[in-house]
Amino acid sequence: MTSNRLTHLQTLEAESIEILREVAASFERPVMMYSIGKDSSVLLHLARKAFYPSKIPFPLLHVDTTWKFREMIAFRDKMAEDYGFDLITHTNADGVRDNINPFDHGSSRYTDIMKTAALRQALNAGQYDAAIGGARRDEEKSRAKERVFSHRNAGHAWDPKNQRPELWRVFNTRLNPGESMRVFPLSNWTELDIWTYIYAENIPIVPLYFARERPVVERFGTLLMVDDDRMPLGKNEVPRHELVRFRTLGCYPLTGAMRSAASNLPEIIMEMQASRTSEREGRLIDSDQVGSMEKKKQEGYF
Amino acid sequence: MTLPMATPDTDIDLWLDQQTDKSLLRFLTCGSVDDGKSTLIGRLLYDSQLILDDQLASLKKESRNRTTGDEGIDFSLLVDGLSAEREQGITIDVAYRFFSTDKRKFIVADTPGHEQYTRNMATGASNADLALLLIDARKGVLTQSRRHSFILSLIGVKHVVLVVNKIDLVDYSQDVFDRIVAEYRTFAEPLGFKTLAAVPVSALRGDNILGQSANTPWYRGPGLVPYLEGIEVADDRASQKFRFPVQWVNRPNLDFRGFSGTVAAGVVKVGDEVLVAASRKPAVIKAIVTMDGEFEQAVAGQAVTLVLDREVDVSRGDVLTHAGETPEFSNQFQARVVWMNEEPAYPGRSYLLKIGSQIVPATITDLKFRTNVNTLEHTAATKLDLNEVATVTIATDRPIAFDPYAANAVTGGFILVDRISNATLGAGTVEFGLRRAQNLTYQSFDVNRDVRANMKGQRPQIVWFTGLSGSGKSSVANLLEKRLTAEGKHAYILDGDNIRHGLNKDLGFTEAARVENIRRVAEVARLMADAGLIVLVSFISPFEKERRLAREIAGDITFTEVYVDTPIEVCEARDPKGLYKRARAGEIKNFTGIDSPFEAPTNPELVLRGAEHEPLDLADQLHGLLRF
Repeated sequence: MTSNRLTHLQTLEAESIEILREVAASFERPVMMYSIGKDSSVLLHLARKAFYPSKIPFPLLHVDTTWKFREMIAFRDKMAEDYGFDLITHTNADGVRDNINPFDHGSSRYTDIMKTAALRQALNAGQYDAAIGGARRDEEKSRAKERVFSHRNAGHAWDPKNQRPELWRVFNTRLNPGESMRVFPLSNWTELDIWTYIYAENIPIVPLYFARERPVVERFGTLLMVDDDRMPLGKNEVPRHELVRFRTLGCYPLTGAMRSAASNLPEIIMEMQASRTSEREGRLIDSDQVGSMEKKKQEGYF
Repeated sequence: MTLPMATPDTDIDLWLDQQTDKSLLRFLTCGSVDDGKSTLIGRLLYDSQLILDDQLASLKKESRNRTTGDEGIDFSLLVDGLSAEREQGITIDVAYRFFSTDKRKFIVADTPGHEQYTRNMATGASNADLALLLIDARKGVLTQSRRHSFILSLIGVKHVVLVVNKIDLVDYSQDVFDRIVAEYRTFAEPLGFKTLAAVPVSALRGDNILGQSANTPWYRGPGLVPYLEGIEVADDRASQKFRFPVQWVNRPNLDFRGFSGTVAAGVVKVGDEVLVAASRKPAVIKAIVTMDGEFEQAVAGQAVTLVLDREVDVSRGDVLTHAGETPEFSNQFQARVVWMNEEPAYPGRSYLLKIGSQIVPATITDLKFRTNVNTLEHTAATKLDLNEVATVTIATDRPIAFDPYAANAVTGGFILVDRISNATLGAGTVEFGLRRAQNLTYQSFDVNRDVRANMKGQRPQIVWFTGLSGSGKSSVANLLEKRLTAEGKHAYILDGDNIRHGLNKDLGFTEAARVENIRRVAEVARLMADAGLIVLVSFISPFEKERRLAREIAGDITFTEVYVDTPIEVCEARDPKGLYKRARAGEIKNFTGIDSPFEAPTNPELVLRGAEHEPLDLADQLHGLLRF
């Protein structure tokens, strides 16, 4: 460092580290949500920094819907091996038994069962009192309103009209029995901050973010990647190979790809700067109705 | 003001360097409801081309039937994110927005204007360097503009821009603008802002946002955005005295013991001699450890792990400082508090206080005065209601390290938390430490109240019955004691009459004697509870002040004030000891309810209706409500 003034990214990094340490010091059973996406990659990197030379003092939890991209699962397992963190995966067994899938049951019901309910199951099973997530305030309007330490009642529900005041960085981490906290260390980061930080720190991310020839079909204007043979194809639907990449990652049947030739970070960042659509547009679950994210959050979604 | 687009020809490293080298300005928008805060932010985002195509499309759809500018958009919809907000057309909670120009990055906290959501405005202000205070040109300076200004000064926001909005609706009148600015400057003078600028704007129409508007030729200052890009809000934390609140003890194995935290102020270098603020134990910085390698020095704002050259007892909550520059270490200080809960603050109540990484039980011992937000005048107060600001004395259960807030916001800003609900009740800023507390020390013993309580399997506490003579206090207390005893719990009744026969037989009935009477009983109750007992105090205790004294003496021991509310006619009809008859006959003077008043408790934890229920039912009720 040449001066006593921190840059924008250094400030964000230090604030996130402070939040992560506060969680480790204040809660009995914290857990970090690991969704394998780029924000999760940044979160993981920050957690390693926060506790170095100690290992991350809490487990990482991945809610596996069984419909994630195969490359995501491979990446997840490699990260756990490389960095030696404690990885817990949870799948809603009831949903698997009932063969709940995004094709037959619709995105809304599928998400409710395989993501939101699965998450509640996992949090209850682990009796976690704090769950760290990678959400950012610039993602969506109801997220922009959320505290860094966001209180949840015993049913994991958020009460947006009655949030605790959050002054300075003096976080109220106190809970009554059964209550829990959702904690968002990346609250003040923007999408551009995430990408420039990944670039500056050389953080590994899932290769799906980079453009490559992938088998896709086009449905209702959305390019879907045919990641495995569970995807039912229409009579005239033939997957064709196109140069595509993903701006966000989730379940492959619900995640739209974009046509792009950006195959490295600088190209991705430049492409993003020129783009005129918001990040979550590629996510099919957010656009059902205005305020749908707030509703999902009240029900316990991250 | 748009971000320079990166193109395929751009040198990406250079471009990224420019992005990361930009300074960051955090500001908030505040002011009264309907002054157009959300609209202004929407305008800033729109003009900086940060509204993306899909957002714009859904925005236009939602803007039908609303007040819109030339673009056909209700900008406030961009920021009001909660369903309730969109339904009511108001802002309830702080929304954070991000935008960037080629000169600077901005994080904006859009805060609510309604008085009932003032606490959320304080939330937004606490991390801001600058405030945009919006004024509706048609309405001028309102109560809420003054309240917000006062909270800005309390929280320590040093830079204010008075944004006189809706200037188009007053025909771009210079007179109106000048009058508002003059009135505000007079009001804000004592608040001590470092800079105060004023800009006439129309957020809806875009006047004086990016550049100077042709509609206001009389205004010679910069547009709002150029002003925000240029203003210097020097971060002087690095030049302050070194403070390092220890957040987490980093102990991966027996060979490494480090102290993780964020440098709150100043600079620390390898080789520096440091002190633990509480114990005054010295040590030398051996290493500054990060995953990016070891540093030679760390400055304010950096999150690092410090390793000391020797074994010193340091844990979370401790503060490391340089020798000769230590913070105050005391259990009493004067502070300003803004109250944020519907349940008022009372002197004597015990709260949890969090300052830095220290958490400690604390009591407001003296409510010195409340500040009127309109006039900034001081008024006497016995309690502090939602959104009120007061200057108070706070006593903590054990000494803590702190600085005046003006010297250091991290070690001088605190929150107060409810001990039962865990809600954040208020926020405060330390003015100065009170020295007299520093020489007092307590003998601490290894066997403490918790140990004794565990031994007995009960919650030691004081239940304080207040009410008229004959109201049923002693009957209820007696039945409750019986019930607790049957459960194997150890309770004890302190009765007013009985105490006067022994411990307090030297006391008469003068004002001073009455206070001493209460003080002794409260101290005895506290000792008994400290010994692990459930103490039931049955005492007329007719005056609020004395009951508060008892509560203060109880300190961190659970104290439940039970008001046995029985009408005087019923008590007099019962007259179990014949006292009312004698008082009526003039044989007893100063008898409560006859010729001496009973101040009904304004805020007891529980009220029992003595005339409506049998004592046994009341004892049952109490037993069900309290946790023993």
